[in-house]
Amino acid sequence: MSDDWRSYTARIEELAARSGLIFHPVDFEAVPDTFMMEIAVYGLPVRMPHWSFGVRYIYQLIQRHMGHSRLFEVVFPGNPGHAYLAASNGLAENILVTAHVLGHADFSRNNLLFRRCQEQVSEHIVEHAAAHARQISQAIETYGAERVEQVLDAALALEQHIDVDQSLRREKYPEYLADPKPLVDDDFRKRFAALDPTAAAAAQEVRKRAPVPPHPERDLLWFIAHYAPELESWERDIFLAVREESFYFYPVFATQIMNEGWASYWHARLLREADFVPQQAYVDAIKCHSDVVRPIAADQQVALSINPYHLGFSMWEKIIESQGLPAARRIMEQDDDFGFVRNHLTRELADELKMFRYNARADGQVKVMEMELTALQESILAPKYGFGAPTVAAKHIQVDGTLELLHDHETDGRGLDLDRSRKVLDYVQRVWRRPVELHTVDQNGSALHLTSS
Amino acid sequence: MSENDSKWYELFSRGARDWLRHDEKVRDAVRANLPEIVAGADVINDSARTVRVPVRMLEHYHFRLRRPQEQEGAGQGAAKPGDVLAKPTREGKGEKGAGGRDEGEVQLLLEFKVDDIVDWLWEEMQLPNLKARVGPSEETDWVREGWDKRGARSRLDRRRSLKEMVKRRSAPGATPTFTDEDLRYRQLARRKQPAIHAVVFFMLDVSGSMSDRDRKLAKSFFFWVVQGLRREYRSLETVFVAHTTEAWEFSEPEFFQVSGTGGTVASTGLNKVREIIDERYNPGRANIYLFYASDGDNSASDGDEAREALKAVADAACYTGYVEVSSGSSRELATETGRLFAELDEAGFAAGSYALNDYDDVWGAVRHFFTAEAQKNE
Repeated sequence: MSDDWRSYTARIEELAARSGLIFHPVDFEAVPDTFMMEIAVYGLPVRMPHWSFGVRYIYQLIQRHMGHSRLFEVVFPGNPGHAYLAASNGLAENILVTAHVLGHADFSRNNLLFRRCQEQVSEHIVEHAAAHARQISQAIETYGAERVEQVLDAALALEQHIDVDQSLRREKYPEYLADPKPLVDDDFRKRFAALDPTAAAAAQEVRKRAPVPPHPERDLLWFIAHYAPELESWERDIFLAVREESFYFYPVFATQIMNEGWASYWHARLLREADFVPQQAYVDAIKCHSDVVRPIAADQQVALSINPYHLGFSMWEKIIESQGLPAARRIMEQDDDFGFVRNHLTRELADELKMFRYNARADGQVKVMEMELTALQESILAPKYGFGAPTVAAKHIQVDGTLELLHDHETDGRGLDLDRSRKVLDYVQRVWRRPVELHTVDQNGSALHLTSS
Repeated sequence: MSENDSKWYELFSRGARDWLRHDEKVRDAVRANLPEIVAGADVINDSARTVRVPVRMLEHYHFRLRRPQEQEGAGQGAAKPGDVLAKPTREGKGEKGAGGRDEGEVQLLLEFKVDDIVDWLWEEMQLPNLKARVGPSEETDWVREGWDKRGARSRLDRRRSLKEMVKRRSAPGATPTFTDEDLRYRQLARRKQPAIHAVVFFMLDVSGSMSDRDRKLAKSFFFWVVQGLRREYRSLETVFVAHTTEAWEFSEPEFFQVSGTGGTVASTGLNKVREIIDERYNPGRANIYLFYASDGDNSASDGDEAREALKAVADAACYTGYVEVSSGSSRELATETGRLFAELDEAGFAAGSYALNDYDDVWGAVRHFFTAEAQKNE
């Protein structure tokens, strides 16, 4: 690939800054397609080894051979941010991608959810993940691949089960219940104490141990890391490493529509305003833009999913057109996809984008339903709740050390897939080293009790 | 950063590394079920030196909600309320837990070399290596012997040549690169070698009482016995004999297709084996093995004759083994045939018996015979 595009980087950055984007510097690097594919598989440029990534890698390879899914860029937030561009990109694509990346850089620097997670995880996630990978390679050398894999099987299976409302580095539960209120020194007390001084004093001394967990705990990675009966410290480190990466992934996941939309809006706008881009490159770039930012199905066809790039892009265009840029920036800073879609996806826009709700039955029938805005919004957001995972919490540790997990089927609307759940329990049991149980419901809604084998 | 930097990621693929680990796991899983898998295919003949096993990709499990009866979603495109975008499919029903549907099922076809499998298994099961009995006869063969400065290019010994070069270079005033003087070629010579031959007789009871499953079990067992013996003997011949109240010799493919009717008279089979030994093999020169698989229900009137015939075969053989394949019942060798072999063992012959009830037992059986045989050899 030629380095032509690099001569435009500085000018695009300058234009972006003039247009009101506020971003940390970004390191651009052109990398081979194979490496782009690996970033897509691992989610990070250097990440811990695990066979499940190998499975994703095979699927990605197959997809690529079938001509689907081409990756132009991947960007990692931070100070500086890191952007990887596919070496096979042409000049026009790279100009577009540079602008797109700056949109992301603006978003990740200013969006509150991103900022909060970066404050906790640090602004150097790429380096952290590489350090985790190194740390795990060392563990493999010391303890053997089998044992490390066993820990990763469990930790990565629970990858989504974190609690982002708590801080990344949270304290363990208090060991004792809060002291009972000091007894009021009234006449009765005085006379009682006079009867038997030792008894009165003893009553004050007793402190009660707090139950563990004091409340159902959603952050399973954290809970197991700190309360598993015989976890070794290197195993705890692996759990915490996976958890830290999940904290990093969460905002990427929870703002996908906004974030991709924002970057797409800005690449389109910066490109329009960039008078220094040659005519041909501009035309090529616009074509590339419309290939990416469009509904999944062409013209008269129908798709049963929504392209987040297209939805986000259209929403931002509407918002900036009707409310102006300062208001749009405020929304960008404060919302995540839940607030964004609920507050700003209007009925008119949904109609304009030809969005619809559908009902899919297990027998394969798919039927279009009446348009109802709130329900449409919820259909879009439903897969995003709780990091896209069922609500499972640690409920109780029994006297013999058995861990009881509780699936909140009322929140999720139905029970868990039993075969998979059992396998997960098996993974967990190997690190918990005591039996693990799970409460959920079967298809009729009656209580069901699963145990690890 | 310059484009010319050779980056580590061009030299190393983490995706491929983890993919290999996945394959390794799949292979482990397959390995655990090998006797069963191998029993399903006709792989016992010489030409099939590999076994192909179709496998699904492994899934790393997560908590997931069960597949709902109905689900709402959001789509985009030209569609009005009430439109039916997809009709119910009949197959759609009853397809429960097919899990793979959303990921686009990918099947891998793993190929295993039979030799590798045998090596793994012998290692894993810690099976002993047999000591081959050396026959008195000799045969001539080419063996490597010594080096020369001239020879065919295909026999160039690179390692040796390199050593020569290093030696010469360490002398003062030597030229730095290879010269023709450094090259060494391996030499071959004809030498006499003791013969190490083995003949394995597989005798199978195909009477009416042997079910398909029984025969498959026997086949699976036979297969691994051949493989194990092949590790020890450079040339191994196999002879297949089936019997009911009569006995026949079969070619291998036919052998496993045979199913007969009627009663069981073991002596017919044993006499057939003895006949073949007398005709074709000299017990002094070849190591003869007999493995007999039956459900054990030998005809009561055949008792004495079978005892005689068995003893005649055992005289010539290094080892006779009996597997009782009786899926379903667990009489543990308390059968007519079982007793015959027990007597043989007590009489001091190299003989062993094993009750094979399930695929899980195949390895137990193989281990049993090999351990016993190895001990007898010592």
